[in-house]
Amino acid sequence: MVVAGVLLLGGCGGGSDEQVLTVYAAASLTGTFTELADTFEEQHDGVEVRLSFGGSSDLATQVVEGAPTDVFASADEATMTRLTDEQLVEEPTPFATNRLEIAVPPGNPAGVSTLADLAGADLVVCAPAVPCGAAAVALAETAGVRLDPVSEEQSVTDVLGKVASGEAEAGLVYETDVLAADGDVEGVAVPEAASVVNRYPIAVVAGSEEPGLAEELVALVTGTEGRRVLTAAGFGPP
Amino acid sequence: MRVRATHARPGSTAPAGVPRWLFVPAGLAAALVVVPLVALVVRVDWAAFPRLVTSEASLDALLLSLRTSATSTALCLAGGVPLAVVLARSRARGLGALRALLLLPLVLPPVVGGIALLYTFGRRGLLGEHLDVLGVQVGFTTTAVVLAQTFVALPFLVVSLEGALRTAGDRYETVAATLGARPGTVLRRVTLPLVLPGLVSGTVLSFARALGEFGATITFAGSLQGVTRTLPVEIYLQRETDPDAAVALSLVLVVVAVAVIGVAGHRAAVR
Repeated sequence: MVVAGVLLLGGCGGGSDEQVLTVYAAASLTGTFTELADTFEEQHDGVEVRLSFGGSSDLATQVVEGAPTDVFASADEATMTRLTDEQLVEEPTPFATNRLEIAVPPGNPAGVSTLADLAGADLVVCAPAVPCGAAAVALAETAGVRLDPVSEEQSVTDVLGKVASGEAEAGLVYETDVLAADGDVEGVAVPEAASVVNRYPIAVVAGSEEPGLAEELVALVTGTEGRRVLTAAGFGPP
Repeated sequence: MRVRATHARPGSTAPAGVPRWLFVPAGLAAALVVVPLVALVVRVDWAAFPRLVTSEASLDALLLSLRTSATSTALCLAGGVPLAVVLARSRARGLGALRALLLLPLVLPPVVGGIALLYTFGRRGLLGEHLDVLGVQVGFTTTAVVLAQTFVALPFLVVSLEGALRTAGDRYETVAATLGARPGTVLRRVTLPLVLPGLVSGTVLSFARALGEFGATITFAGSLQGVTRTLPVEIYLQRETDPDAAVALSLVLVVVAVAVIGVAGHRAAVR
């Protein structure tokens, strides 16, 4: 039985002399990195890019635990530092910036127009341990408001889901998430967010089996094509 | 492959025994369960353990988990016992289909349950919409956690109890009824005492399931310390930032689960 299971598992991955490049990227990069990965595959015959999106800290933990990854892109520098400190990644390059915005369900039922209004609404944020949550805490400190959320979620996409479903009356997410939600949520700009900017770094993972290809992918993301795609999605320059 | 030793000798009353080759797959299956538990214990940072499990966040999560699991188990009993009796004894039409539906949470991924609950009790849900008008909000409250736990745990109680009821049969109940006992008396004095072991194991299973509930909670209830962040959700959050704390809390959950199963086993043995 066990032998059969191993054979079955083995069979799944087989049938290719194709090169596979695995990329771990922050949840907020889902749209842009999917597009850039397609471009990369078009430019490199016989290369398959596998993308895994999630909360940055979650992905970083997986890299620490030895997940077979070639490239890692984080939503903040603190998370990347966890990996550079342990020499698990090569020198990271910042490639984009993002800032927080208030997301509200269509129609803005709680009438939120400023950070101060969040006090009267069912607010959902990221947990302080994940980048978008750390940014929310920093934003609240900068603006001198106290956030009193009804829930602290695992990743920015979880926050977005709670707002889009109307369950929460407001959430703190990245500007790019509001754009990508395409009408499922409305954005309320926060002037104070200009001073709390998240810088996204990307790095080749030290244990990569395809370091050359990984370098090329990083070059694509940090180059003009990457800049174009990221700008179109609302990301700022690094 | 035959093993001679398993053939019972003539005139002997020895049990048929177990074919020896069976021990190999049996051992592998047991190892699949036991080895990860050992790995978890090995990974615990014992020096930091007391500090990790007594942090405010950990204690809040543990207490919330115990409190909500106890509440949802009580709800499971209040609703599940009548449901099991009806399913096992009533001859009403359509019960077969109802039973199949009620067992769904057993096989559904909990996250699907969470989404279903969201569209029922959520602010824009089937019932939540009306509750919202009345000023009652379920989402992001401890009530939401209890609802999610009850949703996933209820079938465990119903299945155990209904099985026990069917196995026990209705002979004694018929006799009691013939002797003039009314249905209520029969249920209280004959049926329930007869299936007590099934009721106990069903209750324990429900409690354990409620304690481990994660998917529906995180989808439907949210995650806030002391309000909706139960121990499994806390473990999931800590796993990203403080793996040592996640391992320590996992061990706590294992110990609680072992204790619960131990208590149930002990009570069953006493009987």
